[in-house]
Amino acid sequence: MTGAQTLFDGLLVLLLVILAWVLLASKDLFRAIVLFISFGLLLALAWLRLKAPDIALAEAIIGAGITGALLLVGLGRLGSAVRCRPLPVRTTPLQRLSAPLLVGLLLPSIAAVVLVELFTLPIVASGQIKLVAAHLEHAGVDHPVTAVLLNFRGYDTFLEMGVLLLAVLSIWSLDRARHPFARDQIPAALLTLQRLLLPLLILVAGYILQRGAQGPGGAFQAGALLAAGIILAALCGHRLPPGHQGLLLRLALSCGFTTFLLAAAVTLARSGVPLLYPEHLAGSLILLIEIAATFSIAFLLAAAMAGGHPVPEAKPTAIDERKSA
Amino acid sequence: MTSLSLIVALILLLTIALGLIRVLRGPTPTDRMLAAQLFGTTAVAILLLLGFATHSPVMTDVALVFALLTAVAAVTFVRRAEVDPMAPEQDVDDVPD
Amino acid sequence: MMSLIDLFSGALILASLPFFVAGTLGLLRFPDLYCRLHALTKADNLGLGLVVLALMLQAQSWLQVLRLLLIWLLVLIAGATVAHLIARKALAAGHRPWRRP
Repeated sequence: MTGAQTLFDGLLVLLLVILAWVLLASKDLFRAIVLFISFGLLLALAWLRLKAPDIALAEAIIGAGITGALLLVGLGRLGSAVRCRPLPVRTTPLQRLSAPLLVGLLLPSIAAVVLVELFTLPIVASGQIKLVAAHLEHAGVDHPVTAVLLNFRGYDTFLEMGVLLLAVLSIWSLDRARHPFARDQIPAALLTLQRLLLPLLILVAGYILQRGAQGPGGAFQAGALLAAGIILAALCGHRLPPGHQGLLLRLALSCGFTTFLLAAAVTLARSGVPLLYPEHLAGSLILLIEIAATFSIAFLLAAAMAGGHPVPEAKPTAIDERKSA
Repeated sequence: MTSLSLIVALILLLTIALGLIRVLRGPTPTDRMLAAQLFGTTAVAILLLLGFATHSPVMTDVALVFALLTAVAAVTFVRRAEVDPMAPEQDVDDVPD
Repeated sequence: MMSLIDLFSGALILASLPFFVAGTLGLLRFPDLYCRLHALTKADNLGLGLVVLALMLQAQSWLQVLRLLLIWLLVLIAGATVAHLIARKALAAGHRPWRRP
C-alpha cells in the first residue's frame, strides 16, 4: 500500500517537473496553454497528496478551469498576428554562452546552498500550528485555515483583494472590453449545458462559501466558481445588461476590498488595532467579509476575461440594422 | 480494497503521462484539447479512488469541482475559435455612434 | 457479507481500467480527431461510471452515494456536450473524417 503511494507521488512529481519544463519551452502558445491546464490538474492532485485541501480546491478551480479559459481568450485576442518569433541572432560567443553558463553554474550553486540549509532545519517543524490552535476558539470560525486567512492574518487577504482590484484596473487601462465570444449561432447543446451547469455552479459556490467556517472552502474558491458561472454565461452570448456596466459593476468589483477597509476602519476606531474583531462578532464579521469578497472575486476574475474597460453598449437597433444590411 | 484503489489510481496517472504525448504531438489544437478533456475525467477518477483509499471525504468535493469545471475550458476553446482571429472584429464597440 | 461487497467493488474498479487504457491508447493511436473523440468518450462514460459504481457500494452514507452519482452525471453530460461541440466545430472548420485508404 505505501509502495503504491510512494510510486504515485514519485510519478506525480516527475510529471510535474517534465510538464513545467515542456510548457515553458513550448514555442506553440496553444500547446503551452493545454500543457498549463494539465499542469493545473496534476498540481491540484499534488496539493491533495500534501494534505492541503484548501489549496487543492483553489488550484482545481483556478488552474484547471479559469486560467485555461482566460489564457485561451487571451491567445484569441492576440490573434495569429503575434507568434513566438526566434530571438535575433546573438553576436559574440560570450553572449551565446551566457544562458547555458548561467543555468549551468548558478542553478547548481543555488541548489547546493538550499540543500545545505535544508539539513540545518529541524526535522519536525510545526510552524504556527500550535499558535493557531491555541487561539482558534477566539477566531469565530472552526477551520484553522479560514481563521488565519480572515482573522489572524486578515490583512494578507485584505491586501490580496487590493491586488486583484489593481490587476483589473490595469487591464481596464489597457484597452476596451471586447466580447470574446460570438453572440449568435450558439449550439443548442451548449445552451442546455449552461442551463444545467449554471444553477449547480451557484449552488456549489454557496456550499463552499458557507463550509469555509468548518472545513476547506471559503471566499476565494466560491468566488472562482461563481466566476466560472459568469464565464459560462458569457460563452453562451450573455452580456451585462446596459446600465449595469457603470456604478453597479464598479461596486461589485470593489465591494470585497471596501468591506475589508470598512471593517479595518471600524475596528481601528474601536480598539486601536485594525482588523482586531471583537470576539462575539468575529464569526458574523468574517461571514460578511467573505460574502462581499466572493462577489468581488467572481466579478474581478470575469472582468479579467473581458480584457478591458467596459464600453457603453450601442443601441440594439443599430446592431440589428448593421446585421441585416 | 484500499491497496487496489491505490494501484488503479497509479495506473490512471500513468495513462495521463501517456496521454501527454498527444498534447505534445498535436497536430491540431483540437487534438491537444481532447487530451486535456480526457485528463479531466481521469483526474476525477483518481481523486475518487485516492479519497476512498486515504479516507479523506474532501477529495469528493474536489472531484465535484473538477467535474463542474473541466467543461468550461473546453467550451471556451470551442466558442472562442469560432471567431476568426484574422477577421475584422464584428463587435459592438466597433459600431460607430 | 462485507467481503462480498468488497469483491464486487474490486471487480468493478478493475473493470474500469480497460476503458481508461483504451481511451488513452485510442487517443494516441487513432488516425484522426473524430476517431480519437470516439475513444475518449469511453473513459468518460464507462470508465468513470464503473469507478463511481464501485465506490457507491463502499459509501458510508446516502449523501455520499448521491454526491458520487452527481459527479458521474456531470462528467457524462459535460463530456457528451463537449464531444458534440468539438466535432461540430471541426466539421465546420473543414476537417474531413478519415477514410480507410
